[in-house]
Amino acid sequence: MNDNAGLRVRMRRAAPFVLDVEFEAPAGAITALFGPSGSGKTTVLRTIAGLQPMDEARVSSGQSVWTDTAAHTWLPAHRRPVGFVFQDYALFPHLTVRQQLELALGHRPPEQRPGRVASLLQLVQLDGLADRRPAALSGGQQQRAALARALARDPAVLLLDEPFAAVDWALRESLRRELVSLQRALSLTVVLVTHDFEDVAKLASHLVVLERGAVTAAGTVEALTARNAVPGIAGWREPAVAFDARVMAHWAERQLTVIAAGDLQLEVPTIAAPVGAPVRIQLGAREVILASRRPEGLSLHNVIEARVVAVEPAAHEALRLVHLEVGATRLLSLVTADAARSLHLEPGAPVLALIKAVAVEAFA
Amino acid sequence: MDWTALGLSLRLGVVTVVLLLPVAFVLARWLAFSRFRGRGFVEALVALPLILPPTVVGFYLLVAFGRGSPVGAAFESLVGHPLVFSFEGLVLASLLVNLPFAVQPMQNALAAIPPSVRDAARCCGLSPMAAVRRIELPLALPGIATAAVLTFAHTLGEFGVVLMVGGSIPGETRTVAIAIYDRVQAFDEPAAATMALVLLVLAVAALGITNTLARRAARRD
Repeated sequence: MNDNAGLRVRMRRAAPFVLDVEFEAPAGAITALFGPSGSGKTTVLRTIAGLQPMDEARVSSGQSVWTDTAAHTWLPAHRRPVGFVFQDYALFPHLTVRQQLELALGHRPPEQRPGRVASLLQLVQLDGLADRRPAALSGGQQQRAALARALARDPAVLLLDEPFAAVDWALRESLRRELVSLQRALSLTVVLVTHDFEDVAKLASHLVVLERGAVTAAGTVEALTARNAVPGIAGWREPAVAFDARVMAHWAERQLTVIAAGDLQLEVPTIAAPVGAPVRIQLGAREVILASRRPEGLSLHNVIEARVVAVEPAAHEALRLVHLEVGATRLLSLVTADAARSLHLEPGAPVLALIKAVAVEAFA
Repeated sequence: MDWTALGLSLRLGVVTVVLLLPVAFVLARWLAFSRFRGRGFVEALVALPLILPPTVVGFYLLVAFGRGSPVGAAFESLVGHPLVFSFEGLVLASLLVNLPFAVQPMQNALAAIPPSVRDAARCCGLSPMAAVRRIELPLALPGIATAAVLTFAHTLGEFGVVLMVGGSIPGETRTVAIAIYDRVQAFDEPAAATMALVLLVLAVAALGITNTLARRAARRD
């Protein structure tokens, strides 16, 4: 179902608002299109799906070209192997969940469809609700039904338009978990449109920042957050790094879990994930204290030997943003300019990073 | 009671509904989904029969369909009898006069389908025609039914236009509405009363059906 081909996107338009975007969404990964409303994210997604014309565009998935205005190539939307989850889910009000899935399975021979429906429903945990119409489903169930319908297409790429915007916080968190585990299990290529950085930090491995129709930053989430290169959307964004780690061990009696990313090992409050499982870590620069000597008698679990990479001015003139390196993993620490002076923080200098276990946000 | 007139009215109603609905659906879909210059003008044109006096509509149709007009002449050379004062002429007039009753409910029903639902149909692999058949038609069904009921009921009751274009030829153009007028003129009040009652019952039934359909459509959201 997945030819393991990434998506290449390039588009340009002059009106009604300027759009000039080029990026690549690697195969088997979640790429976030992050930007404020009106930045053109949804337009990009709709153009990928073939739902919207574009002055100048080229969209290709692996070897197959879906749009190439220069060569007058335009694959109609219904022939593109694309799964689209709309912000309002766009379920068909007159069809049951089963009928919606069967409708999206038109590319498969009829005898395969019932089996596919059953396995898709199981995949999104909707078994038992197959014969309900959308109006009889809760918000979370509607979102799962929309996801199952998008997956029914056996898509080369799954397009998600603000998929969590319409649900409350608690549900959002569990739906994010389900999406991540589905994505990993099926190694889906996903393009996710969002204005919520939590979606980026928890779900995406790649990030394209879109502002006023132009790409202002692109790269891996880990690299961009480590460089503090992600702009705040609708306000200020606290510097924080996001990176992938693995569960190394559980210390049940101490209710701690050890996670590791390269040479960086952190003790964090118990994570409900097996040893070896991937876990996404977020760590705010405010949460990292720097020291020159190993402290004692503190409620502290993590004393990490790091090296200063750079000391940068921060948003406040009395503060400094210190870039740290632990092996290949980067951390950020926000300290006062006074502390930076007294600790002699200079590029290359060794330093101890003190990190409270509770300050580490782990998403598994 | 003029059974011939009632039969003619019912036949005119059925023929009008069957011929008009497909055309009106295409027109309604175009008005509901396309953005183009002059859309307001087309909409006004469709609505014109609602506000023009029936005699005015009838007069213009009489001129347009008359033996001297291109339409009337072409019809007469093809079929062998004049278009005006014939059942065919009545049907043609009925189609035009009923345009707003058929188009507007369907246009409203189609416009109420969220754009994302139509996009989702495409992204589920449905061709534009398949999307019409499997998504748009079923979702617009209450509007289509309302259009059918209104068109049928209005055809039964149309008087001015029928009189102008069709006259009152028994079995050819004398509908129930005309027959009632005819009976009243002849001081045959009981016959007029019976036929009026039939039309009243049909009108009440039509309103009942449209209201039920509208409620059912509202409940599904």
